[in-house]
Amino acid sequence: MYYNCVTSRDNSNMNKAELMNQLQSYAFAINDLILYLDTHPNDETALELHNNYANEYRKMYEEYERRFGPLSIYCPCNSFRWIASPWPWEGGNA
Amino acid sequence: MWNYSKMLQYPINIKEKNPKLARWIISQYGGPDGEINASLNYLSQRFAMPDQRSKAVLNDIGTEELSHLEMVGTIVHQLTRDATMEEINNAGLQAYYTDHGIDVYPQSAGGLPQTSISVSAKGDPIANLQNDMAAEQKARATYEKLIDLSKDDKEVMDVLRYLRAREVVHFQRFGEALRNVQDLLMEKRCYSMSNTSSTNNSNLMQQTSNN
Repeated sequence: MYYNCVTSRDNSNMNKAELMNQLQSYAFAINDLILYLDTHPNDETALELHNNYANEYRKMYEEYERRFGPLSIYCPCNSFRWIASPWPWEGGNA
Repeated sequence: MWNYSKMLQYPINIKEKNPKLARWIISQYGGPDGEINASLNYLSQRFAMPDQRSKAVLNDIGTEELSHLEMVGTIVHQLTRDATMEEINNAGLQAYYTDHGIDVYPQSAGGLPQTSISVSAKGDPIANLQNDMAAEQKARATYEKLIDLSKDDKEVMDVLRYLRAREVVHFQRFGEALRNVQDLLMEKRCYSMSNTSSTNNSNLMQQTSNN
């Protein structure tokens, strides 16, 4: 089971790769928790964990996009940055 | 990576079941010019494209096709849900029902299961993009045939018209991507003609990776 140790923290000193690594960790935890909750919809502990991770994920996702460019096509942008950075299969998250 | 959004790209609420129509429309789910085939085409081709624009167009259209796959599956499901055995018999769906019940199975209108033989990734940017333009035209033509077949079903026709219109937009974007790739390849040819030194090849490679 996951450690229930999610606390809101300042990520501003993290570099791009560190932030992405953390984002991937949250995304994976959320994904795995959803699979569990799909078949255990009444598990309060899992639900709380999911809630915490999802909140952190959202914040971190926005921070990553603000600092390093869009992660999805739904990122609002003043200048078109969608094709400016390398793709994930080109090491774009490193 | 992909994330699922619990929404359709365009609303579909078909109230009248029509299993016979589902039998044809399923071709856009798993037929030779269907949405899963289109998506696999573009998502397989995107990796090795020479420029950012065609990578983006292939990535983003390949993604939209997955939304269309869900839409076509939704049409088939809503047209067949709660169908009686009599309706299944009348629609000539006995063979389908035998193997798949009321699941939505990727197959052509003629009953051939989806196959990657109809997926195309040639390892050549021009050949790939021209293939993709043809694929969009074939999908448009398929939707037009399906619109002909669903004249009595306004709810279905409305969605098919939307999907048809998207094929036209995709064709347009692939055409533009192709032009960009062609311009890029022309540039490189001019560059190599003006340089005859043996380092030319490595310069070329560098230039390609910068694009």
